[in-house]
Amino acid sequence: MSGVWAVFYRELLILRSRLGRQMANYAISPLLYIIAFGWGMGRGVTMEGVDYLAYMLPGLLALSSMSRSFSISSEINIARFYWHTFEEFQTAPLSPAAIVLGEVLGGVVRGFLAAAVVAALALVSGVGLHFGAGLFAGVFLNCFLFASAAVLAAMMVRTHADQSNLTGFIITPMTFLCGTFFSLDKLPGWASAAIETLPLTHASHFIRASALGQPTPWLSLVVLASYGCVFFLMAVWQVRKASI
Amino acid sequence: MNSAVIETRDLTKVYGKTKALNGLDLVVERGEIFGFLGPNGAGKTTTCRVLTTLTKPTSGSAAVSGFDVVKQAVQAKSGMGVVAQHTNVDGELSVYANLKLHGMLHKMPPWLRETRISELLEFVGLAQRRNDPARQLSGGLKRRLMIARALLHNPSVLFLDEPTVGLDAQTRRRIWDLIRRSHQAGVTIMLTTHYIEEAEALCHRVGIIDSGKLIALDSPANLLASSGTHVVEEVGGQGRSWFFESREKASRRAAEMEDTVMIRRANLEDVFIRLTGRKVRP
Repeated sequence: MSGVWAVFYRELLILRSRLGRQMANYAISPLLYIIAFGWGMGRGVTMEGVDYLAYMLPGLLALSSMSRSFSISSEINIARFYWHTFEEFQTAPLSPAAIVLGEVLGGVVRGFLAAAVVAALALVSGVGLHFGAGLFAGVFLNCFLFASAAVLAAMMVRTHADQSNLTGFIITPMTFLCGTFFSLDKLPGWASAAIETLPLTHASHFIRASALGQPTPWLSLVVLASYGCVFFLMAVWQVRKASI
Repeated sequence: MNSAVIETRDLTKVYGKTKALNGLDLVVERGEIFGFLGPNGAGKTTTCRVLTTLTKPTSGSAAVSGFDVVKQAVQAKSGMGVVAQHTNVDGELSVYANLKLHGMLHKMPPWLRETRISELLEFVGLAQRRNDPARQLSGGLKRRLMIARALLHNPSVLFLDEPTVGLDAQTRRRIWDLIRRSHQAGVTIMLTTHYIEEAEALCHRVGIIDSGKLIALDSPANLLASSGTHVVEEVGGQGRSWFFESREKASRRAAEMEDTVMIRRANLEDVFIRLTGRKVRP
């Protein structure tokens, strides 16, 4: 565990050194979505029987925590191929699992900070959300699985360009399609079924249900946990493959 | 007790169609400063990366401190310090935080870690820069920080991959001094270099590597003796050179020649030229 803490400690030090800038950065996209979609286009609109802003904000929690957890991917990529600081972990007597878990926890903290910013914006917007254990669990699983996916991606890609492509082809489409801004019921059946297989969709379902005090979608919890375990194990395998 | 700290057997690493290492057999004894000399692309860094567990060999075996670097990587890594060829200090962290993080990664108890950090900052002359961000250090100071970091956990063997590449002559000599003092403290050192004078100044034994193969291995003195201690070198023209076992023999030959020639002491570059027909530094 001390190895996990060491890797996590490094990520916390880096995060602390940029905290002000990071928090401001975390607020920009959600704020724009709230203004454009929530107050602009969505005023007076309801979605699944809920005021649109209240419907969208839990989706933004899922989206924002996903994108910030996943953002560690490009940092690991830079640490591997530009600064070479990742070698410090690889030449230390640590198991690959310890390296991955330390990095993932760093991603989880970033995801929670981003979620906290959205929660603060929700409060300012006058939208009452239920901040209970369900919401906490949903955000945690979402951050854990996307931080694991980030480590996996960072260990697989070889260049910054590939890293950027990965975000463009996978993360950006999920941002808009996975039930963040609209109900999947509005899509054709085949599209809705395909999108239901994506992890952010289940994060949106689970976090929205928890935040709005609706019945818990247990299937989504299982899907999120399953994705998290698979991505984490694949990341460990990739770290093992990247060094000895 | 086996005194070999580093041992490779038939070590091979293939990248695509290129054999970076081609059946390397090597033994480095405890307490040595062992130098790996060769031109760029000879296989020095690949050897270092395999031994420090950063690259998996294609075939063959390698052990550090008795632990197989593939099957017992975690144990092997416990006893080694690594100074990479490229500067890899964490620029966003302070000098102190770089060392503290390394101590944590190597699971050092806090009291020992703090003691060693203070000792090593004095050792490398960075005590005054303790709280400065590492990115503010010059190239030479970053290199010194990397050496301090690699020594922090008291490794039995220190790997230095081109430790002075890109540094000015004065800084290079300070690094050499640090390497000698680390060795005096009981650390076995394996360094790779393409600087002839570095290998001659520091190493007890030198392995000359070319195209992934070890082509000579002995003390610098013996390697020089094997090829001739004095050189008659053509000035201008084709720059040909002839090797002699004494200055007298070299002088006699020079007197017989019509072209302008110079006589000088041989160095490891000459040994490399005799073995391969090429220079270490093109």
